[in-house]
Amino acid sequence: MQLKGAEILLRCLQDEGVDTVFGYPGGAVLPIYDALFESSIRHILGRHEQGVAHAADGYARATGKVGVCIATSGPGATNLVTGIATANMDSIPLVCFTGQVGTPVIGRDAFQEADITGITMPITKHNYVVERTEDVAHTVKEAFYIASTNRPGPVVVDLPKDVMERSIDYKPEEVEVNLRGYRVMKGYNSGQVISAVELIKTAKRPVIYAGGGVISSNAAEELRELALKRKIPVTTTLMGMGAFPGNNYLNLGMLGMHGTRYANYAIGESDLLIAIGVRFDDRVTGNIATFAPHARVIHIDIDAAEIGKNVDVDVPIVGQVKEVLQGINQRLDEVTEYWEWHQTIDRWKEEFPLRYGNSCEGRIMPQNVIEKIYDLTRGNAIITTEVGQNQMWAAQYYKFEHPRTFLTSGGLGTMGYGLPAAIGAKIGRPDLPVIDIAGDGSIQMNIQELATAVQYQLPVIVCILNNQFLGMVRQWQGLFYGGRYSSTDMSHQPDFVKLAEAYGAIGIRVSREEELDHALKQALQVTDRPVVLDILVEREADVYPMVPPGGSLSQMLGGVEI
Amino acid sequence: MRRHTLAVIVENRPGVLTRVTTLFRRRGYNIESLAVGETENPSISRITIVVMGDEKIMEQVTKQLYKLVDVIKIVDITDKRSVERELVMIKVKADVNVRAEIVQIVDIFRARIVDIGKTSLIIEVTGDSGKIDAIVESLKPFGIIELVRTGIVAMVRGEIK
Ligand SMILES: Cc1ncc(C[n+]2csc(CCOP(=O)(O)OP(=O)(O)O)c2C)c(N)n1
Ligand SMILES: [Mg+2]
Repeated sequence: MQLKGAEILLRCLQDEGVDTVFGYPGGAVLPIYDALFESSIRHILGRHEQGVAHAADGYARATGKVGVCIATSGPGATNLVTGIATANMDSIPLVCFTGQVGTPVIGRDAFQEADITGITMPITKHNYVVERTEDVAHTVKEAFYIASTNRPGPVVVDLPKDVMERSIDYKPEEVEVNLRGYRVMKGYNSGQVISAVELIKTAKRPVIYAGGGVISSNAAEELRELALKRKIPVTTTLMGMGAFPGNNYLNLGMLGMHGTRYANYAIGESDLLIAIGVRFDDRVTGNIATFAPHARVIHIDIDAAEIGKNVDVDVPIVGQVKEVLQGINQRLDEVTEYWEWHQTIDRWKEEFPLRYGNSCEGRIMPQNVIEKIYDLTRGNAIITTEVGQNQMWAAQYYKFEHPRTFLTSGGLGTMGYGLPAAIGAKIGRPDLPVIDIAGDGSIQMNIQELATAVQYQLPVIVCILNNQFLGMVRQWQGLFYGGRYSSTDMSHQPDFVKLAEAYGAIGIRVSREEELDHALKQALQVTDRPVVLDILVEREADVYPMVPPGGSLSQMLGGVEI
Repeated sequence: MRRHTLAVIVENRPGVLTRVTTLFRRRGYNIESLAVGETENPSISRITIVVMGDEKIMEQVTKQLYKLVDVIKIVDITDKRSVERELVMIKVKADVNVRAEIVQIVDIFRARIVDIGKTSLIIEVTGDSGKIDAIVESLKPFGIIELVRTGIVAMVRGEIK
């Protein structure tokens, strides 16, 4: 059958089960948009390509499917870059299609030409330039395969305009994937699993340290089985929030720089660290030399390159987290032995709970906002965040019950992620309330996406924790630069309520604690448009406890009663 | 830390060399020598990379390289019985008085003179790095005008019966 490259592209997307794409048109992708005009694939029009990429990413994180986005050549493609890098750092499966100038003029600095494959090489799992219409179908197939298998990640497919325009005789049955350099990991070394089981059986003070790999491998069930069987305490990374129920008594909350004291102390005293789907990031370990000093380490990860990268490991297990945990669980019986260990941890929990003080200015405490949001949603919501204090408070004070309900830019720390990600999440999971916990600085980085949410009648809620500061940077200036608040004052800001209204969203200002509950309830009842809550919070509240950069987990600052 | 020679078998596609070198640059591994070319199978290229590293670094280099979709296979041939060769061209100052002396050195190293100019000679020499270092040292006193090396290529020896 004679089809244009662009038509083949859309057929291939349908074959991959794609029903929604996020995009922004332009000259080089005109053929694709022309084909989309009559397609059953739903196209969500963003307002900036960065927003488009984050929306596809939010959709992917919330649903577990591959997120798909489209941008035009040149500036369209380069605007995607931050979104691609964000997905890459957090191992999120995306396929990004970029338009490209026609093949005859590639390399001649044609209008809106950018070498997007060159640019994105270090921030993608793989990328392609499709040079012939004949290559469209198998490239799309490979792109989805690579993005979604093993350790997931973004794949860029650059599509020159003439390749999309030209018609060829398309035979879907002849599309083949040919990847001799790429094998999907199956199974695991059972000898290593047996060694892990032996270590678990003899440990006195085990801790599970779980991360994003548990979520991307859909292994929350298996993790829970392991933890509950042996009553092993679990701490999660920022990316691992929701991998283990937040309300379970075994959950120690987050570890690392802004982790709970009891999680970090448990790491310090542990004799066995069961690291699952994690990468020993510096924000987690602090000073690596003093991280888990008494512990033997079991490290389970799909990516062999992560094992031994930052710490030495006693039992490395390369494999799908889900399969490996099943293997371990099968070989473990139900015994509760760590009685003393639990007592120690309980003492820490009692002595060093997460806590915050009262406002000095009679303003709302930001931590209190998160607690209120939790009280009203109880883990049955998707929370996205921006970056900074808002993000850390969300991780500390919201108790995530389910995987894929906490969407945050962990690895790259991208301000401006939360709103577009919330849009993508709401499209993927319309059944759940979706709330972006935002900062007044970050929200201004992609606030234009409010227009997208209004256009598609998406009731996402943006809770701006408005401290009129680039709060996290201000906090570091306060702690490490003698309180010299260089360029972190954000008191010149728009009236967020009026701004929301100008976009056609609902804007509500919350300046007193008594109004908070009502405003949140009101926002949760809206069904047809976004709501922006401009919550005026304590200006100089800090995130505690805290491991100073390069410090040891055992030496945390703050968060104790004064 | 020591020298490792890696044979990296890759898809013969545009951009593959960039992927490999970008990875080395980004992760801070140091390439001492790199040579690339098509193999007996035109769809496959072979990159020979010489890199300094201890065991830990080499493990990371290998694992990270394997993550590149276009990398098919990596062999560390450092400790294998192998033949390593590099080709070097050296343009050396050579007026009539010293020509004979230079020709002698060329003979000793089984090198070749491939160009004769009025005041200079171009010498081509093939060998492992020991031999090449040695001839370069011997020619230095005459004055080296220009020097170019291909980078090392290496191959594991066949089985002995
Ligand atoms: C794109 C980008 N630019 C700069 C930073 C550095 N940065 C990290 S947190 C932060 C402050 C964020 O301010 P705000 O959104 O108001 O959040 P708060 O910390 O006040 O809650 C900045 C500037 C970043 N993470 N991302
Ligand atoms: Mg702020």
